Amino acid sequence: MRLKRERTGIAVLMVLALIVSACATTGAPSGGGGAAPTGSDTGKGFVFASTQFTPVPEQENMRTKILAGYKGAALDFITEAEAASIDRVTAEAKAGGTGQVGLIGYENGQFGALAKAGYLEDLSSIVNKYKEKLPQDMVTLGKAGTSGQVYVPWMQATYILAVNKKALEFLPSGADVNALTYDQLIAWGKNIQDKTGQKRIGLPAGSNGLFHRLFQGYFYPSYTGGLVTTFKNADAVTMWGKIKDLWAVTHPQSTTYNFMQEPLQSEDVWIGMDHVARLINVLKAKPDQFLAVPAPAGPKGRYYMSVVIGLAIPKTTPNRGGAEAVIEHLLKPETQVLTLRENSFFPVIDVPYPADLDKGLKLEAEAVIRQSNSKDAKVVPLPVGLGAKGGDFNKAIIDSFQRIVIKGESVQTVLNEQGVLVQKAITEANAPCWGPDGTSTGPCQVK
Amino acid sequence: MLGSGRHLDRSVSGEVAALGRRPRGDAWLPLALLIPAIAFLALLIIVPMLQALFLSVQSEAGALTTEHFERMRGDVAFSDAWRNTLLLLILVVPLQIVLALVMALLVHSRIKGHAWFLYVYAIPLAISDLAAGILWLAVFTESGYLNSILQGIGVIERPVTFLAYTDLGSVIATIVIAESWRATAIVLVVLIAGLQLIPRDYFEAADLFGASRFRRTIHVVLPLLRPSLQSALIIRTIFAFQTFAVVFALAGRNFPVLMGEAYNWYSLNRNPNVAAAYAVVLLALTLGATFIYLRVLNVAQAERTR
Repeated sequence: MRLKRERTGIAVLMVLALIVSACATTGAPSGGGGAAPTGSDTGKGFVFASTQFTPVPEQENMRTKILAGYKGAALDFITEAEAASIDRVTAEAKAGGTGQVGLIGYENGQFGALAKAGYLEDLSSIVNKYKEKLPQDMVTLGKAGTSGQVYVPWMQATYILAVNKKALEFLPSGADVNALTYDQLIAWGKNIQDKTGQKRIGLPAGSNGLFHRLFQGYFYPSYTGGLVTTFKNADAVTMWGKIKDLWAVTHPQSTTYNFMQEPLQSEDVWIGMDHVARLINVLKAKPDQFLAVPAPAGPKGRYYMSVVIGLAIPKTTPNRGGAEAVIEHLLKPETQVLTLRENSFFPVIDVPYPADLDKGLKLEAEAVIRQSNSKDAKVVPLPVGLGAKGGDFNKAIIDSFQRIVIKGESVQTVLNEQGVLVQKAITEANAPCWGPDGTSTGPCQVK
Repeated sequence: MLGSGRHLDRSVSGEVAALGRRPRGDAWLPLALLIPAIAFLALLIIVPMLQALFLSVQSEAGALTTEHFERMRGDVAFSDAWRNTLLLLILVVPLQIVLALVMALLVHSRIKGHAWFLYVYAIPLAISDLAAGILWLAVFTESGYLNSILQGIGVIERPVTFLAYTDLGSVIATIVIAESWRATAIVLVVLIAGLQLIPRDYFEAADLFGASRFRRTIHVVLPLLRPSLQSALIIRTIFAFQTFAVVFALAGRNFPVLMGEAYNWYSLNRNPNVAAAYAVVLLALTLGATFIYLRVLNVAQAERTR
């Protein structure tokens, strides 16, 4: 009897093992749910695929709150990794007819490949309705180098520093926390280490961290005034020396950090630099214990990156009218504020911030405004025009970091070798210079 | 399986007699029954495998090329990924087999509460790789459970950074612990199933000759368990080559492994060709390891059909 029971137990376990090992390899997208269809039938239901809002609570906010006010065709909001999402839209386009994805929400730099292949609708007519309200440079960015309007700006974000007030007593004398330089940041970290024995600066250098963006939008331009053109020049060598100094006072577990809010919350780290959406939880949880401050400045200025998220409609959309209705819903001032409240992405439409905004959000909003209004502030977009080569470009930069800082290889040698890879990515994508590098005819050149 | 031979003897004459009467069209039946499984394998395993193979040797223009393999070999993380994957294999697999064997014998010995042991040991099976990794991250991170406990009982004065990129030894130790916790149960289940296939008669015979429990384990249980050990080793080695999520959570970028690099190349670097090259290397390694196990452990026909 006992034996039989045990055998049944084992059989159950084996089945379980099979199921578990099968599930482990699928990484199923967390779709489902979706805004419920409403009474009035407005056409075929469709999928809204987004590379943003991947954390589960953000997805839920999107489905149950931000999209709640949309009354139209059945909508299924899902989030996917960039690669998977682009592949899905591409597959639907190649299959012809209508697909399932009716609307996509991507970061500026992620539209390139689909736009180039001609898989996206021209949205000029929608943008024209918002002419007065949307910032013109964002609209231009949304053309993604084509003659049409590839995407409609949806929301924006940037990168700032979150600082635990415990760190303030170690701030180097003469430094203003709201107008730091990278030298002061390094001195600050060193001071903390000397006095407490711990390294308390944190950088998102984990596999899914956005460390490469800090190089592209902050370190490189702030030290060299460029990114691609100045990739291996003398200023770049100086910059890498500073990065080494910064890394020397950075928490050694930083290679595992993907979202700085986590080590900040556990106080492994006191000073963290990251995307606003990856800092907000700690600011919301402990608004009285934290400050949000602008990114530091280098010799060439206080460069910061503006992340623009846009909405586009694939040509294979099953319901163009429905997709447009969703775009219009998301651009309403009240939806824009709701998106800020729930998911911490900032409005693209000029709307006044409500007085009862969450304390953490208010901290961020103030830091973002202070950052863009700093007298030495200079804005940089996400890399433009790289399309599918964006991965190679990011990798060339992160590998430079690995080789120079982690493995201690010679700076100039590494930059010369990695510079070849940077150039290869840009030439293959045929991307002209953007942002800090100015403009160019033909692909941007590493000099 | 036991007794199938006897059954065969008894029925042979009947079968032969039946053959004459069997309608000719019946020959396709076994094949037809196999078709769903074959179709499943072909569509979902063999076709993607071939596609991966093509991806890894195809240039953008469609010509044959080795550029993706060269790119893989020239990658910063490649040599580290090799070293780390093999290191984990060497450290984790023997440890898990020994642990699982001890646990299986414990459960099989029918000591008091043995069923309870089985269920407790099997809990990690229900947890996904990544969740297990995150769970152990909560243990080993600087303000994690381990540091809190050690600090609480006064063993250490200030938290130890177990997961620092500067200290590969402790990073490996944490990964080995987490992996052993996570995947030993799969080996355990295979071994217990194997143990239950051993007829009681053998144990009774051993007891009759006065064998101690230890000698019985060495001379009776282990040899008879060899087919199961072989399966367990194969499964476990394949999993070890695929180790990824736990490493990803605990060590991030600082401990590359082959599987992780395949993921990074596809997902982060948007380069399916190099990712496919990694996949092909993994496939070759897995096939190689399976072949070696089949050869070295060489389970004799007699034992397999026992």
